[in-house]
Amino acid sequence: MPIKLKDLPRIRYNMPGNAACPGCPETMGMRYVKMALGDNVVMVIPAGCSSVIQGINPKSGMNFPILNIVFAAAASAAAGMKAAFEELGRDDVQVVVWAGDGGTGDIGFQALSGAAERNDDIIYICVDNEAYMNTGIQRSSLTPYGAWTTTTWTGKTEHKKNIPLIMIAHDVPYVATASVGYPQDFIEKLRKAASIRGFKYVHLHAPCPVGWRFDPGLTPHVAQLAVKTGLWPLFEYERGKFRVSSFSRMYRKPEKRAPIEEYLKLQGRYKGAGPEVVKELESYVNRLWEWIELLEKSMSPSTTAKKLVSKT
Amino acid sequence: MGVSEPKTLFVAPLSKPDAGSVGKTGTWRHEKPVIDEEKCVKCLLCWLYCPEDTILRREDDMVYVDYDYCKGCGICAQVCPVDAIKMVPER
Repeated sequence: MPIKLKDLPRIRYNMPGNAACPGCPETMGMRYVKMALGDNVVMVIPAGCSSVIQGINPKSGMNFPILNIVFAAAASAAAGMKAAFEELGRDDVQVVVWAGDGGTGDIGFQALSGAAERNDDIIYICVDNEAYMNTGIQRSSLTPYGAWTTTTWTGKTEHKKNIPLIMIAHDVPYVATASVGYPQDFIEKLRKAASIRGFKYVHLHAPCPVGWRFDPGLTPHVAQLAVKTGLWPLFEYERGKFRVSSFSRMYRKPEKRAPIEEYLKLQGRYKGAGPEVVKELESYVNRLWEWIELLEKSMSPSTTAKKLVSKT
Repeated sequence: MGVSEPKTLFVAPLSKPDAGSVGKTGTWRHEKPVIDEEKCVKCLLCWLYCPEDTILRREDDMVYVDYDYCKGCGICAQVCPVDAIKMVPER
């Protein structure tokens, strides 16, 4: 069901005056979580920008109850918290992990994989700004090919690790990709995730003006361009069924996609990137969409996925 | 002489959500957004995309800016489909 903006209540979803940089995609994403899930949410946040944005005691810049935890334990802490809530009979509370790309793909991956395998009833959101922005823009395994960071100053020579496809391989009930450029899509996916029992994974693409070196006013525009070039396809995987989302469907055909140069020239991190980087990224996009087509054709949900029950 | 037990005092480091956790962030701004109420079509895109929640809605869905906390990123001016928001330099 499409979201109508006029129906969303006039409350403050995020606390203004927090420590986030101007144009921060994380505070944007945080607002959409509140719009989608309401007040019955507990956040588990490993180290990252989000633990800084909260600010200094006694005030918190985020409008959620938050447990701050070490990198390697975010998903397991959330699983334990959910078990405690179930014991108390509070079935209405959503436990949400809000982790960065480093906390998801590098350091927190064993806890994430473990929670997915146990099918713990939590929502895991990965806010992917494609490097360790909080500590000073170091490369992570989710930094894309050719991008400058302080540890890859001639451009990264490896491709981005595709965590959503790894999570699909875990055979969890719900996996989705989203982007801060398409908030309605993200809110819809979160609401769907909240109605499903079991492990839910949502990967939110979040362009960071500071680390990617672009004008802070262009955050939604850069996020939308990533989808339009086909570099960041929006899709969902629900109980064994793979579906490309409506905002991304038209970029299945290579001739409909925006040129990758348009996306790269806005960003200072691709300043030294030559035509070979563009060519390599184009072949990456083509391989990615071939993979997506394969997944779409193989609609054979596993027996465990069929057994999963909906909350409603 | 007996050794007295050390006093343990547990202080839970709890923070409560409140505006201005790092002060009035309006002072960070170089340019401020100014809304042209005649051009505005009330699509609420600026309200949706504002990362700071400093664009607020009136009863009739007309938007206004909380200049105390607006960091002046310019996203609202960028997403406005009718160019009703202008970024004006601060003096």
